Amino acid sequence: MTAFLLQYLPIVIFLGVAVAIGLVFMVGALVVAPSAPDAEKLSAYECGFPAFEDSRMKFDVRFYLVSILFIIFDLEVAFLFPWAVTLMKMPHGAQIFAFTSMMVFLADLTLGYVYVWKKGALEWE
Amino acid sequence: MNNITDSLRMAHPEVILSAVTILLTAIGAFAGRKASLVVSALAVISLIGVAVIAAIGVPVGIAFGGSFISDAAASYAKVGIYLMSAVAVILGYGWLGRLSARQFEYPLLILLAATGMGIMVSAGDLISLYIGIELQSLALYVLAAFRRDDPKASEAGLKYFVLGALSSGLLLYGASLIYGFAGSTHFDVIAAAVKAGTGTGVLFGLVFLICGLAFKVSAAPFHMWTPDVYEGAPTPVVAFFTAAPKLAAMVLILRVLYTGFPDNIEQWRQIILLIAIVSVGVGAFAGLVQSNIKRLLAYSSIANMGYVLIGLSAGNHEGAQAVLIFMSLYMIDATGFFAALTALSRGGKPMETIADMAGLSRTNPAMAITITLLAFSAMGIPPLPGFWGKFYVFKAAIDAGQWPIAVAGLVGSVVAAFYYLRLVKVMWLDDSPGAVDKGPLDARIVAFASALFAFPLVMIGLTWIEHYSGYAADAFGLL
Repeated sequence: MTAFLLQYLPIVIFLGVAVAIGLVFMVGALVVAPSAPDAEKLSAYECGFPAFEDSRMKFDVRFYLVSILFIIFDLEVAFLFPWAVTLMKMPHGAQIFAFTSMMVFLADLTLGYVYVWKKGALEWE
Repeated sequence: MNNITDSLRMAHPEVILSAVTILLTAIGAFAGRKASLVVSALAVISLIGVAVIAAIGVPVGIAFGGSFISDAAASYAKVGIYLMSAVAVILGYGWLGRLSARQFEYPLLILLAATGMGIMVSAGDLISLYIGIELQSLALYVLAAFRRDDPKASEAGLKYFVLGALSSGLLLYGASLIYGFAGSTHFDVIAAAVKAGTGTGVLFGLVFLICGLAFKVSAAPFHMWTPDVYEGAPTPVVAFFTAAPKLAAMVLILRVLYTGFPDNIEQWRQIILLIAIVSVGVGAFAGLVQSNIKRLLAYSSIANMGYVLIGLSAGNHEGAQAVLIFMSLYMIDATGFFAALTALSRGGKPMETIADMAGLSRTNPAMAITITLLAFSAMGIPPLPGFWGKFYVFKAAIDAGQWPIAVAGLVGSVVAAFYYLRLVKVMWLDDSPGAVDKGPLDARIVAFASALFAFPLVMIGLTWIEHYSGYAADAFGLL
């Protein structure tokens, strides 16, 4: 049982470090930072929208574009993780193939990004 | 890996098209709108190039672990698809230029759609089937709404997108049921699995799959998007919609039914026959009341898909060949019709209603003769191509013992003859409301070439088409 639990020791340590660092920063900010609240600072910060309002409202189509772009790169990561985990366990020939495939995929995505950039879709104004 | 090299060689047309698309995207991204001539020209050249490669240079075999099939049927369809895509790029380039809405994305979208269709006709399992369909459909949705400033085009694009997404959902549901009950996504493994015994689950999946595919070929009762999309979308884009995607989807249906479910012919034949009869009926009768020619042609295409499905229901080698022959001849006819519509305008306004066509025989006799020939061909007057297409599909159905359905198809085609005759009558006998603009060269050439094919060239063309479609139909491995 102890051996089994010991496997999880790194996670416990990691949690402890995370909690400690988080607390240090929060307490540090409370003690050291100057505090001058106003209405703007105290209002909820929620992606540019008021946080509590009717959900059926018009919003700028540019938000849609940005979120689509985000999804593309989010998915890219979803592909990259399993690839990265299994790549080194493959036989050599398959490794080269797998590596090339992923690089081609990344190049395609990058090209899509360049296209979007050149089209001016990333400029807010 | 040797295996991969072989696979890539079998998928050469699609690999080349994807690479060209990526390259052209890069060129377009940096050069902007002024690159559209270069991009369009390179797109046409590469489409014609891959058509040639598909015709002569692709080894026959099974690639990517059974997901991709390279055989005579795929090559036959690819030649048609790529050549029609090249025509669509040429027509669209001229048309968008006249509206000063030219953008380099237009040829890119056609290239992407063509790649998707190439994957569709080569699909060896349900996954590549879906990937092909989605790649093609997503490009087509954008093409339908290519004129963003036109509310009708936007409406067409949105309708097409929503209903297309719905049909993809049906198709995926069917595919998941088939996978769940048959235990594989590969068509040949599914065929072996259902041979041992077909459960209700697989049949359920098959029905959904057929419904999804019927959406893509706009067969009734899944046709409701067609008239609205055809009316709203740009005319050269509609010319593309009627030709290549339907051929691709028909070959895909052949592939699914003939290689995936050859032993369930009695089950799927009922569904196909129902869809066929409803399509012929809807196409013939709803077309009678249309005043817009693009809507009329939409109903005409629904009826034509009905005829093709009648041939497909034969379920044998002859049926597969009839489908390929009909689709080849129909594609040329429909493209010619839409090219003629692209070429015709009065005072800068496109002529889109039947009333607009009045007196065309005096204001633009060449175009009137062209449209008349194409209309007679669509009606099925011998020796024009439309007659031969119908001849082969009805013959296949009768030989397979489906003569009641062939009679119903013939009745439908007689009813549909009325609206073509009305168009011809308006062109030749009514008074013209005014002079017609001189049409653009590119659209006129395509229209005249199709009309030329409709009459003298068809006999030469038909011997070729018959020879190669027979060879292609062998690929489905039937008697």
